[in-house]
Amino acid sequence: MTQDPSQLKGKSLPPPRETSGAEALKALVTGFATTLKHLGRRPITEQYPEEKRELPARSRARIILTRDPDGAERCVACYLCSAVCPVSCISMQSIEGQGGRRMAAWFRINFGRCIYCGLCEEACPTSAIQLTPDYEHCQRAILKSVYEKEDLLVDHCGKDPDYNFYRHAGVATEGLDKGRHEKEAPPVNVRSNMP
Amino acid sequence: MVLDWLLGMIVLLVKLGLILGALLFGAAYLVWAERKFLARLQIRLGPNRAGKFGLLQPIADAMKMLTKEDLVPDGADTFVFKLAPVVVAVTAMLMFAVVPVAPDLVLFGRSIPMVIADLNVGLLFIFALSSLGVYGVALGGWASNSKFALLGGIRGAAQMISYELALGLSLVPVVMLAGSMSLTEIVAAQERVPFIILQPISFAIFVISAMAESKRIPFDLPEAENELGAGFHTEYSGMRFGLFFIGEYVHIQVLGALTAVFFLGGWRGPLLPPVIWLVLKIIFVALIMIWIRGTLPRLRYDQLMALGWKVLIPAALVNIVLTGVLILLV
Repeated sequence: MTQDPSQLKGKSLPPPRETSGAEALKALVTGFATTLKHLGRRPITEQYPEEKRELPARSRARIILTRDPDGAERCVACYLCSAVCPVSCISMQSIEGQGGRRMAAWFRINFGRCIYCGLCEEACPTSAIQLTPDYEHCQRAILKSVYEKEDLLVDHCGKDPDYNFYRHAGVATEGLDKGRHEKEAPPVNVRSNMP
Repeated sequence: MVLDWLLGMIVLLVKLGLILGALLFGAAYLVWAERKFLARLQIRLGPNRAGKFGLLQPIADAMKMLTKEDLVPDGADTFVFKLAPVVVAVTAMLMFAVVPVAPDLVLFGRSIPMVIADLNVGLLFIFALSSLGVYGVALGGWASNSKFALLGGIRGAAQMISYELALGLSLVPVVMLAGSMSLTEIVAAQERVPFIILQPISFAIFVISAMAESKRIPFDLPEAENELGAGFHTEYSGMRFGLFFIGEYVHIQVLGALTAVFFLGGWRGPLLPPVIWLVLKIIFVALIMIWIRGTLPRLRYDQLMALGWKVLIPAALVNIVLTGVLILLV
């Protein structure tokens, strides 16, 4: 139902407050004094190519694929990053590697499309995919922005130095059988587990 | 006879060339100075890439403007569209013709007046040209076939009726004191005391309305980039836009020169040569205008009208009467 105009009558807004001449003059003087004071201050401009600020460790820029402390690839090609990526810039192919480990046959990120939202890093169960503060990787040719696995893989653990997925995995890999991983109970024998 | 005429012609051409060159050079480097000074007011650095301290920036800008595409929008009134920026630039430059830059120069027994045209109605000449300059804005806005440009042009015309009267009235006391409308005579009348001391109210009214005339913050309603795109020159590109730009910055210099001539004693000053004094006064006025730009927000349409009609014009009228009474008594 629309409001009755007659009800609005008498409820009109109070007239805007008149500023006195003295108040206006004071405001003017304050304003000019403020800008004059700024004249004596040092400019806060950072001159980018010459001055580069150290960005915080968690700032989000170029994406890397890290390795676990033993030097093996962390990525298990689970497709979670690819699935969560809002702009679909991550693609890969999973295969079974040596010792029954899943790994990526190829892994590709199109940085021409990436929006650096960090959702891939959040989705990653093995801390493999991580964003780094390195933002200087623009290219003149757009196709150079497509990074392959060898461009993405690095030789360190990134922000999570101790984590090794296969020590918690619960799947049999080379060396460790089921139930032998960290914080893991041996598998239950279902035949003996009766009430 | 013929020789005299020829000599006069040559002297005039030399003076014209010098003044025009100085004005255009001044306009280019005033842009640089404004960007630099404004940046410091906002704790920024300003242009510093082209040359030392960005000193080559005006040249880079000019090259950019000249090589940009010269665009005439579809449905624009082509003739008027092309005419408008010329009107703005030319009227601004012509105004400087009556400004005396130094006392008469005596060379080989001849006296050469250091002004291009010492009109005995110099003041009226300036008013005429400043009113014509608004045609550039209004016509440019109208001919662009764009709503934003049209709004800007209308604002320019509406702004004119708010400040023009006050501008004229503020200079009446100056004419009364000097007893002449020639700018040379007005400077001559300030031999003992500059008129800013005798006429502080006139000075304030003149500066405010002259700033409104130059269409700069806080009176840049016709441009108003955050509501109208770029106002009357929204559709202009390349050197046509450049002409509007040159017009604005030449206008600032003319304004500084006029403020100097009417109130600060023109080229008068101790020690330094007269031309230097005039230039210093122009720079001083320009810096103050940039400072104002860095401080004040834009006035609203109605606020400008109220300022013009309710404050400036009554104050100017009262000032005229007071001056008249004082001249009769003293």
